[in-house]
Amino acid sequence: MGQITLQGVQKAFGPVHIIKGANLDIADGSFVVFVGPSGCGKTTLLRLIAGLEDVTDGRILIDGKNVVAVPPAKRGLSMVFQSYALYPHMSVRGNIGFGLKMAGLAKDEINRKVEAAAATLNLTPYLDRKPRELSGGQRQRVAIGRAIVREPKAFLFDEPLSNLDAALRVQMRIEVTRLQKQLGTTAIYVTHDQVEAMTMADKIVVLNGGKIEQYGSPLELYEKPANLFVAGFIGSPKMNFVTGDPALQRGAATIGVRPEHLKIERDGAGGWPGTIAVAEHLGSDTFLYVDAGPLGMLTARYIGELSLHTGDRVSLVPDPARIHRFDDSGNAIRS
Amino acid sequence: MATRQTQFLARSLLTPAVGLLFIWMIVPLALTIYFSTLHYSLLDPGSEEFIGLENFRYFLTDPAFLASLQNTLVLVGSVLALTILLGIPLALLLDQPVIGRNVVRLMVIAPFFVMPTVSALVWKNLLMHPVSGLFAWLASLFGLTPIDWFNDVPLFAVILIVAWQWLPFATLILLTALQSLDEEQREAAEMAGASAVSTFIYITLPHLARPITVVILIETIFLLTVFAEIYVTTGGGPGLQTTNIAFLIYSQALIQFDVGSASAGGLVAVVIANIVAFFLVRIVGRNLEA
Repeated sequence: MGQITLQGVQKAFGPVHIIKGANLDIADGSFVVFVGPSGCGKTTLLRLIAGLEDVTDGRILIDGKNVVAVPPAKRGLSMVFQSYALYPHMSVRGNIGFGLKMAGLAKDEINRKVEAAAATLNLTPYLDRKPRELSGGQRQRVAIGRAIVREPKAFLFDEPLSNLDAALRVQMRIEVTRLQKQLGTTAIYVTHDQVEAMTMADKIVVLNGGKIEQYGSPLELYEKPANLFVAGFIGSPKMNFVTGDPALQRGAATIGVRPEHLKIERDGAGGWPGTIAVAEHLGSDTFLYVDAGPLGMLTARYIGELSLHTGDRVSLVPDPARIHRFDDSGNAIRS
Repeated sequence: MATRQTQFLARSLLTPAVGLLFIWMIVPLALTIYFSTLHYSLLDPGSEEFIGLENFRYFLTDPAFLASLQNTLVLVGSVLALTILLGIPLALLLDQPVIGRNVVRLMVIAPFFVMPTVSALVWKNLLMHPVSGLFAWLASLFGLTPIDWFNDVPLFAVILIVAWQWLPFATLILLTALQSLDEEQREAAEMAGASAVSTFIYITLPHLARPITVVILIETIFLLTVFAEIYVTTGGGPGLQTTNIAFLIYSQALIQFDVGSASAGGLVAVVIANIVAFFLVRIVGRNLEA
């Protein structure tokens, strides 16, 4: 079991409020991603759950039990650190088995569990190596091995893939997701990368300035962003925001249209006319950055190849069903 | 990257410095070797004659030699043990966030800046003096008989003084090493349920293996040649109780005025230092490999 509930959790370092009251329900076995820009408090929130920081106010429940006063080791969670935090003088075997050794398990029991964990992660041939003799991806797997071997109630991941190169990151992303589904253990994963959040999560928590902006499934956040911040943060390239007349006509202060929901028409009269400033041809997609005069720069995405180039005039027609409307204070208008 | 031209340039520019250093070292060494084969007493000038290895036989069979060799090893070993065993807890304490940490650190490091002669004088006259010393006063406060340090436990007294001087060095090196310990490693150990003691044994101590090696190697080099503290406090006595190799050589040359025998002793000291270094590097030098 690994059901985690936050009730009014606050954290302040002196006069600085990092977490301004977080309420959250994390279901057992789900994969929850905390995402947000640097300094939004996502790592602090994770460390509060881990017990590495003390909460200033509020309650953290694990399986219904308040753990605010419980030391980290007794909370039954394991953490994978950004730097992996492997013990450099211990072999892979020693690293994975360290927690079990501290728990006072018998030697052969430790060995059995370590070998099982290593087999899951394809680390068996490396059990007797030191961390410095491993590649980045292997170190990452040792760090994960150290977490799973303790059979925790939940895994806590603190930006674990940020030190890997792009290709390896995609591969590890899939491995972590698959492993989590296979074990069925609750996981909380912190990242600043919204692509990681969208691909891995069952549910995403978008944090900004110490507040939870929205909590929901990836597609909910994509289709129904609660406010301007979430709308701009989720999705790549970023959503286009238009103010002024086009917004007022639709009864909103700001309207947002995702680049993929803008239809591109050559010399079309309708929609929003503009000149292409930059065209990016990826083969699978074409991204157009269009200077639309009073509306500012707009980004449009076309699936497939489109032979348009810098300086060409185009017209962008928003899909009326996919226009997001926001009021003065930036909150979404639902009707 | 070096082309033939830059190599030539580098070598020709380095030559004067290297040459000077070479002469600087080779001339005293050659002279010492030369003197060690002479009968050369300052009390009997003009009587120098070649006597082969007689000086070495004399120095090595002198009962003072074995006694001073033993004293040297006891001194080095004890000071190393004291500085490291006290340096680790001190460094751990100084690594904690306390108010006025910088001032405290400066105070702890201060003894290292005190000249050996000065600190030996302070210890001899202000602290360990059997009548007017601080320790004597403390002892009398508890109704105990004051210890006459330099008569009753002379070598131990010297060890205390030298250890006091070198403790800051060990503490400083270990402290900087502690500060480079990855905070996440400590947190990972905490999450894994390791107690403070286990964290120290399994995480901190292995991390300190390399700096401890550095401390042992550097301190050994200097501790083999401790002289001022002995000269100022005990003058090698009582008897030979605090005479180490360095002091023995000094007494051969400038108390007995036997330059030949002192030169032989100097060369023996070089050999001993090399033997110690050889074993040290084999025992602890492993830790220095990356």
